[in-house]
Amino acid sequence: MGKTVVKKMLFILSKAHIDSAYAAMVMANGARMEGIEAEIFFTFFGLDAITKKKLKNLKVATVGNPAMPMPTMLGGLPGMESFATMMMKKEMEKLDMPPIDEFLEILSASGCKLWACKLAVDMFKLEEKDLADELDGILTIGDFYERADIEGTQIIFI
Amino acid sequence: MELNVAGKTINLTDDGYLADLSQWDKDVALAIAKEEEVALTDAHFKVIEWVQNQFKKGEALSVRGIKGSGVIDIKEFYALFPGGPLKKATRIAGIPKPKSCI
Repeated sequence: MGKTVVKKMLFILSKAHIDSAYAAMVMANGARMEGIEAEIFFTFFGLDAITKKKLKNLKVATVGNPAMPMPTMLGGLPGMESFATMMMKKEMEKLDMPPIDEFLEILSASGCKLWACKLAVDMFKLEEKDLADELDGILTIGDFYERADIEGTQIIFI
Repeated sequence: MELNVAGKTINLTDDGYLADLSQWDKDVALAIAKEEEVALTDAHFKVIEWVQNQFKKGEALSVRGIKGSGVIDIKEFYALFPGGPLKKATRIAGIPKPKSCI
Protein backbone atom coordinates (compact mmCIF):
# COMPACT_ATOMS: atom_id res chain seq x y z
CA MET A 1 0.00 0.00 0.00
CA GLY A 2 1.08 3.60 -0.63
CA LYS A 3 2.04 6.22 1.93
CA THR A 4 -1.43 7.74 2.27
CA VAL A 5 -2.56 8.58 5.79
CA VAL A 6 -6.19 8.05 4.72
CA LYS A 7 -7.42 4.77 6.15
CA LYS A 8 -11.19 5.04 5.84
CA MET A 9 -13.48 7.08 3.57
CA LEU A 10 -17.09 7.70 4.62
CA PHE A 11 -19.34 9.21 1.94
CA ILE A 12 -22.74 10.80 2.45
CA LEU A 13 -24.71 10.87 -0.79
CA SER A 14 -27.61 13.31 -0.54
CA LYS A 15 -28.50 13.83 -4.20
CA ALA A 16 -30.16 11.71 -6.87
CA HIS A 17 -28.30 13.18 -9.85
CA ILE A 18 -26.60 10.34 -11.65
CA ASP A 19 -23.31 12.26 -11.71
CA SER A 20 -23.44 12.70 -7.92
CA ALA A 21 -24.15 9.00 -7.42
CA TYR A 22 -21.24 8.06 -9.67
CA ALA A 23 -18.95 10.49 -7.85
CA ALA A 24 -19.63 8.72 -4.55
CA MET A 25 -19.37 5.26 -6.07
CA VAL A 26 -16.18 5.85 -8.05
CA MET A 27 -14.48 7.39 -5.02
CA ALA A 28 -15.63 4.58 -2.72
CA ASN A 29 -14.51 1.93 -5.20
CA GLY A 30 -11.22 3.74 -5.76
CA ALA A 31 -10.63 3.73 -2.01
CA ARG A 32 -11.20 -0.02 -1.79
CA MET A 33 -8.81 -0.57 -4.69
CA GLU A 34 -6.13 1.26 -2.69
CA GLY A 35 -6.75 -0.83 0.40
CA ILE A 36 -8.68 2.01 2.09
CA GLU A 37 -11.95 1.17 3.85
CA ALA A 38 -15.07 2.75 2.32
CA GLU A 39 -18.72 3.18 3.26
CA ILE A 40 -21.60 5.15 1.73
CA PHE A 41 -24.57 6.60 3.64
CA PHE A 42 -27.52 7.30 1.34
CA THR A 43 -29.72 10.11 2.59
CA PHE A 44 -32.58 12.26 1.26
CA PHE A 45 -32.69 12.09 -2.54
CA GLY A 46 -29.45 10.12 -2.54
CA LEU A 47 -31.62 7.25 -1.32
CA ASP A 48 -32.88 6.89 -4.91
CA ALA A 49 -29.48 5.40 -5.81
CA ILE A 50 -30.21 2.43 -3.58
CA THR A 51 -34.01 2.22 -4.01
CA LYS A 52 -34.85 -0.78 -6.23
CA LYS A 53 -37.54 1.01 -8.26
CA LYS A 54 -35.46 4.11 -8.89
CA LEU A 55 -31.79 3.21 -9.07
CA LYS A 56 -31.85 2.32 -12.76
CA ASN A 57 -33.52 5.63 -13.64
CA LEU A 58 -31.19 8.22 -12.13
CA LYS A 59 -30.79 11.25 -14.37
CA VAL A 60 -28.42 14.05 -15.16
CA ALA A 61 -29.89 17.51 -14.39
CA THR A 62 -30.53 19.54 -17.55
CA VAL A 63 -31.94 22.50 -15.61
CA GLY A 64 -29.97 24.35 -12.96
CA ASN A 65 -26.77 22.77 -14.20
CA PRO A 66 -24.43 25.48 -15.54
CA ALA A 67 -22.15 22.84 -17.09
CA MET A 68 -24.92 21.55 -19.39
CA PRO A 69 -24.10 22.49 -22.97
CA MET A 70 -27.64 23.71 -23.71
CA PRO A 71 -29.76 26.75 -22.80
CA THR A 72 -31.74 26.29 -19.57
CA MET A 73 -35.04 26.85 -21.45
CA LEU A 74 -34.30 23.87 -23.71
CA GLY A 75 -33.28 21.79 -20.72
CA GLY A 76 -36.80 22.11 -19.37
CA LEU A 77 -38.45 20.59 -22.43
CA PRO A 78 -40.10 17.18 -21.99
CA GLY A 79 -37.73 14.27 -22.61
CA MET A 80 -34.62 16.41 -22.46
CA GLU A 81 -33.42 14.92 -19.19
CA SER A 82 -33.79 11.38 -20.48
CA PHE A 83 -32.02 12.27 -23.71
CA ALA A 84 -29.07 13.91 -21.94
CA THR A 85 -28.87 10.97 -19.53
CA MET A 86 -28.86 8.48 -22.39
CA MET A 87 -25.99 10.35 -24.06
CA MET A 88 -24.04 10.44 -20.81
CA LYS A 89 -24.60 6.73 -20.12
CA LYS A 90 -23.31 5.92 -23.60
CA GLU A 91 -20.11 7.85 -22.94
CA MET A 92 -19.68 6.21 -19.54
CA GLU A 93 -20.12 2.72 -20.96
CA LYS A 94 -17.19 3.47 -23.26
CA LEU A 95 -15.09 4.11 -20.16
CA ASP A 96 -16.22 0.75 -18.75
CA MET A 97 -18.30 2.50 -16.08
CA PRO A 98 -20.84 -0.01 -14.75
CA PRO A 99 -24.56 0.87 -14.49
CA ILE A 100 -25.72 1.80 -10.96
CA ASP A 101 -27.12 -1.67 -10.09
CA GLU A 102 -23.92 -3.41 -11.14
CA PHE A 103 -21.85 -0.78 -9.34
CA LEU A 104 -23.70 -1.51 -6.07
CA GLU A 105 -22.92 -5.19 -6.58
CA ILE A 106 -19.23 -4.46 -7.22
CA LEU A 107 -18.98 -2.15 -4.19
CA SER A 108 -20.62 -4.66 -1.90
CA ALA A 109 -18.37 -7.49 -3.13
CA SER A 110 -15.38 -5.18 -2.64
CA GLY A 111 -16.22 -4.78 1.04
CA CYS A 112 -17.71 -1.28 0.81
CA LYS A 113 -20.55 -0.93 3.33
CA LEU A 114 -23.81 0.60 2.07
CA TRP A 115 -26.15 2.26 4.56
CA ALA A 116 -29.56 3.92 4.22
CA CYS A 117 -30.41 6.95 6.37
CA LYS A 118 -33.21 6.15 8.81
CA LEU A 119 -34.74 9.62 8.70
CA ALA A 120 -34.88 9.61 4.89
CA VAL A 121 -36.24 6.05 4.78
CA ASP A 122 -39.05 7.11 7.16
CA MET A 123 -39.68 10.33 5.25
CA PHE A 124 -40.08 8.56 1.90
CA LYS A 125 -42.10 5.79 3.63
CA LEU A 126 -39.74 3.07 2.44
CA GLU A 127 -39.01 -0.33 3.93
CA GLU A 128 -35.88 -2.44 3.78
CA LYS A 129 -37.49 -4.60 1.06
CA ASP A 130 -37.71 -1.52 -1.19
CA LEU A 131 -33.95 -1.10 -1.02
CA ALA A 132 -31.21 -2.90 -2.96
CA ASP A 133 -30.20 -6.34 -1.67
CA GLU A 134 -26.62 -5.10 -1.21
CA LEU A 135 -27.72 -2.74 1.58
CA ASP A 136 -25.94 -3.41 4.89
CA GLY A 137 -28.59 -1.74 7.03
CA ILE A 138 -30.48 1.39 8.03
CA LEU A 139 -28.63 3.80 10.31
CA THR A 140 -29.17 7.12 12.04
CA ILE A 141 -26.58 9.79 11.31
CA GLY A 142 -25.25 9.19 14.83
CA ASP A 143 -24.72 5.51 14.03
CA PHE A 144 -22.90 6.56 10.87
CA TYR A 145 -20.53 8.86 12.78
CA GLU A 146 -19.75 5.85 14.98
CA ARG A 147 -18.36 4.21 11.83
CA ALA A 148 -15.55 6.81 11.88
CA ASP A 149 -13.72 4.66 14.40
CA ILE A 150 -10.08 4.81 13.27
CA GLU A 151 -7.39 7.45 12.82
CA GLY A 152 -7.30 8.66 9.23
CA THR A 153 -11.07 8.59 8.63
CA GLN A 154 -12.51 11.20 6.26
CA ILE A 155 -16.20 12.09 5.83
CA ILE A 156 -17.27 13.53 2.47
CA PHE A 157 -20.70 15.04 1.75
CA ILE A 158 -21.94 14.84 -1.82
CA MET B 1 15.04 0.32 -9.34
CA GLU B 2 16.22 -3.28 -9.42
CA LEU B 3 15.33 -6.54 -7.76
CA ASN B 4 17.68 -9.48 -7.34
CA VAL B 5 16.09 -12.89 -7.64
CA ALA B 6 18.08 -16.14 -7.70
CA GLY B 7 21.18 -14.39 -9.03
CA LYS B 8 19.29 -12.50 -11.75
CA THR B 9 18.80 -8.74 -11.84
CA ILE B 10 15.23 -7.72 -12.60
CA ASN B 11 14.56 -4.14 -13.77
CA LEU B 12 11.75 -2.31 -12.01
CA THR B 13 9.96 0.94 -12.77
CA ASP B 14 9.99 3.81 -10.25
CA ASP B 15 6.83 2.53 -8.64
CA GLY B 16 8.23 -0.97 -8.27
CA TYR B 17 6.58 -2.73 -11.22
CA LEU B 18 8.47 -4.96 -13.64
CA ALA B 19 9.86 -2.94 -16.54
CA ASP B 20 9.75 -5.95 -18.83
CA LEU B 21 7.34 -8.89 -18.53
CA SER B 22 9.86 -11.19 -20.28
CA GLN B 23 11.98 -11.08 -17.09
CA TRP B 24 9.07 -12.54 -15.10
CA ASP B 25 9.08 -16.07 -13.76
CA LYS B 26 7.66 -17.88 -10.75
CA ASP B 27 10.62 -16.93 -8.54
CA VAL B 28 10.15 -13.25 -9.38
CA ALA B 29 6.45 -13.57 -8.51
CA LEU B 30 7.32 -15.18 -5.17
CA ALA B 31 9.88 -12.46 -4.36
CA ILE B 32 7.47 -9.60 -5.10
CA ALA B 33 4.61 -11.40 -3.33
CA LYS B 34 6.81 -11.64 -0.23
CA GLU B 35 7.28 -7.84 -0.30
CA GLU B 36 3.51 -7.44 -0.66
CA GLU B 37 2.96 -9.92 2.18
CA VAL B 38 0.94 -12.26 -0.01
CA ALA B 39 1.53 -16.03 0.31
CA LEU B 40 0.99 -17.32 -3.23
CA THR B 41 -1.21 -20.38 -3.81
CA ASP B 42 -2.53 -22.06 -6.96
CA ALA B 43 -5.54 -19.74 -6.77
CA HIS B 44 -3.23 -16.72 -6.91
CA PHE B 45 -1.38 -18.12 -9.92
CA LYS B 46 -4.66 -18.62 -11.80
CA VAL B 47 -5.40 -14.92 -11.32
CA ILE B 48 -1.84 -13.96 -12.26
CA GLU B 49 -2.09 -15.97 -15.47
CA TRP B 50 -5.42 -14.32 -16.29
CA VAL B 51 -4.17 -10.74 -15.77
CA GLN B 52 -1.05 -11.49 -17.81
CA ASN B 53 -3.21 -12.78 -20.67
CA GLN B 54 -5.44 -9.70 -20.48
CA PHE B 55 -2.35 -7.50 -20.65
CA LYS B 56 -0.97 -9.41 -23.64
CA LYS B 57 -4.33 -8.99 -25.39
CA GLY B 58 -4.13 -5.25 -24.70
CA GLU B 59 -7.25 -5.28 -22.49
CA ALA B 60 -7.46 -2.64 -19.75
CA LEU B 61 -7.72 -4.16 -16.28
CA SER B 62 -10.39 -3.12 -13.81
CA VAL B 63 -12.25 -4.58 -10.87
CA ARG B 64 -15.29 -4.80 -13.15
CA GLY B 65 -13.21 -6.91 -15.53
CA ILE B 66 -12.35 -9.31 -12.70
CA LYS B 67 -16.08 -9.93 -12.22
CA GLY B 68 -16.39 -11.18 -15.78
CA SER B 69 -13.10 -13.12 -15.76
CA GLY B 70 -14.63 -16.50 -14.96
CA VAL B 71 -11.49 -17.20 -12.90
CA ILE B 72 -12.43 -15.44 -9.69
CA ASP B 73 -15.14 -13.19 -8.27
CA ILE B 74 -14.53 -9.78 -6.71
CA LYS B 75 -14.89 -10.98 -3.13
CA GLU B 76 -12.29 -13.72 -3.62
CA PHE B 77 -10.04 -11.26 -5.42
CA TYR B 78 -10.01 -8.92 -2.40
CA ALA B 79 -9.45 -11.91 -0.11
CA LEU B 80 -6.50 -13.23 -2.12
CA PHE B 81 -4.74 -9.87 -2.47
CA PRO B 82 -5.79 -7.84 0.58
CA GLY B 83 -5.11 -4.10 0.65
CA GLY B 84 -5.22 -3.10 -3.03
CA PRO B 85 -5.92 -6.25 -5.06
CA LEU B 86 -5.47 -4.95 -8.61
CA LYS B 87 -2.25 -3.11 -7.80
CA LYS B 88 -0.80 -6.10 -5.98
CA ALA B 89 -1.93 -8.71 -8.50
CA THR B 90 -0.49 -6.78 -11.44
CA ARG B 91 2.77 -6.10 -9.63
CA ILE B 92 3.20 -9.77 -8.76
CA ALA B 93 2.21 -10.72 -12.32
CA GLY B 94 4.96 -8.50 -13.71
CA ILE B 95 2.71 -6.22 -15.76
CA PRO B 96 2.36 -2.41 -15.55
CA LYS B 97 0.32 -0.70 -12.85
CA PRO B 98 -3.27 -0.36 -14.13
CA LYS B 99 -4.45 3.19 -14.82
CA SER B 100 -8.16 2.47 -14.34
CA CYS B 101 -10.19 4.30 -11.67
CA ILE B 102 -12.83 1.59 -11.77
